[in-house]
Amino acid sequence: MAQNPMRDDPTPPPALARTSAARIAVNVDGVAHLDEVEPRLLLVHYLRDRLGRTGTPIGCDTGNCGACTVDLDGMSVKSCQVLAVQADGRRVTTIQGLAGPDGAWHPLQRAFHEQHALQCGYCTPGMIMAARDLLKDNPDPTPEEVRDALEGNLCRCTGYQNIVRAVLAAAAELRREGAPEPRGKAAGAPRASGQEAPA
Amino acid sequence: MIPATFDYARPQSTDEAVRVLAEAGPEAKVLAGGQSLLPILRLRLSFPELLVDLGAVDALRGIRQDGAQLVIGAMTTHHEVVHDPLVRAHAGLLARAAATVADPAVRHRGTLGGSLAHADPAGDLPAVCLALDATMVVLGPQGFRTVPAAEFFVDYLQTALRPDELLTEIRIPAMDGWGFHYEKFQRVAQAWAVVGVAAAVRPAQDGRGIAEARIGLVNMGARPMRAHLTETALTGADGSEEAIGRAATLAAEGTHPPTDLSGSAEYREHLARVLTQRAVLAAAGTA
Repeated sequence: MAQNPMRDDPTPPPALARTSAARIAVNVDGVAHLDEVEPRLLLVHYLRDRLGRTGTPIGCDTGNCGACTVDLDGMSVKSCQVLAVQADGRRVTTIQGLAGPDGAWHPLQRAFHEQHALQCGYCTPGMIMAARDLLKDNPDPTPEEVRDALEGNLCRCTGYQNIVRAVLAAAAELRREGAPEPRGKAAGAPRASGQEAPA
Repeated sequence: MIPATFDYARPQSTDEAVRVLAEAGPEAKVLAGGQSLLPILRLRLSFPELLVDLGAVDALRGIRQDGAQLVIGAMTTHHEVVHDPLVRAHAGLLARAAATVADPAVRHRGTLGGSLAHADPAGDLPAVCLALDATMVVLGPQGFRTVPAAEFFVDYLQTALRPDELLTEIRIPAMDGWGFHYEKFQRVAQAWAVVGVAAAVRPAQDGRGIAEARIGLVNMGARPMRAHLTETALTGADGSEEAIGRAATLAAEGTHPPTDLSGSAEYREHLARVLTQRAVLAAAGTA
């Protein structure tokens, strides 16, 4: 099993004596935040209500649907199943932190658009964050592995087919981008879109 | 849904955690990965006055070998258990079952110790640790004590842990040379098991028969249990499909499965027999 360099053991956050209002330091999408929160505040409410990062939706509110999936220190988590205090000293990446500095979409965002991998779009942020987590460990997944990785994310519109296609297309693009020196000089070659679709 | 208010403490050592728990009394609750506790708090099924978060206690994480035992820190996540080479080599049943817990995001947060201390009878890992004859290492104000898995699970969501005690380690005897399998029947991909069966089989010297078998049952009563009659019937059995099938018909004896929206008690008894046959057949085939 390849080790993921982003998944080094995180350093533990500082100790906290018993408190009813905790001071937390959280980096969200590259911006450091210092806040005082009630211990019962859920991470998803912190992101949406305190920071205004409403790109992460609340779906089922019971930990089942995965719509609120974000990245916490390199691991996908359901942000309705994490307290904001548990993110103290940690780094959160949401769907809003994926685009490049120039606003260019992440390959997964582009692939979901190009493959028509959404209809209502409510599950999309969670789907993309869960797929991103898969591709960190497994850059060349099979359709079956994509389905397994997305088992915690529910979509009620698409029937999943185009979501799987989109993840496979994005994986292909990320592999090309990550390739040290593509053989035969692929510059200008058309971006893969439908070719990676499952049979 | 928002939990009721509670205080929060985040100790950095097990000693500090035990001290905080002792000071707070029975109204405190330990927070491990939170994947069972947070839904309970949000549904307001529980109203602790204090959450003691173990997230900063580094000593509770990690997996090591100690002689013929595998020692797993209570705060080790399912994700870590699934991918750990020591677990895969010496306790493959645990790795296999942990890979079926909920979904990847939950496995990133949920911990082995948390799932054992929570002791949901529909949880995968209590029955697995029971089948593996694991030992729980527990720290309290008077120091450490050990509790065999057979005595750890007391009743529905109840363990031998006292309110001021902490589960720190799970010790699992290495089962090299055993075959194993985990069969889980669930309604949809990430759902809890309707019934699950964990099987470990030690092959006889001749390579075909069964010397010894251990069967753990998920969701067949208020706590995880072993299918002792099936285990006895398999001891010295010839390993044929007929022999395993006969032994599996005893798998539901002595169980008290619930009736709920996922199925009746009778249906669960049927599942236990069928899944036991499948699990033992697969386990005997992988030894």
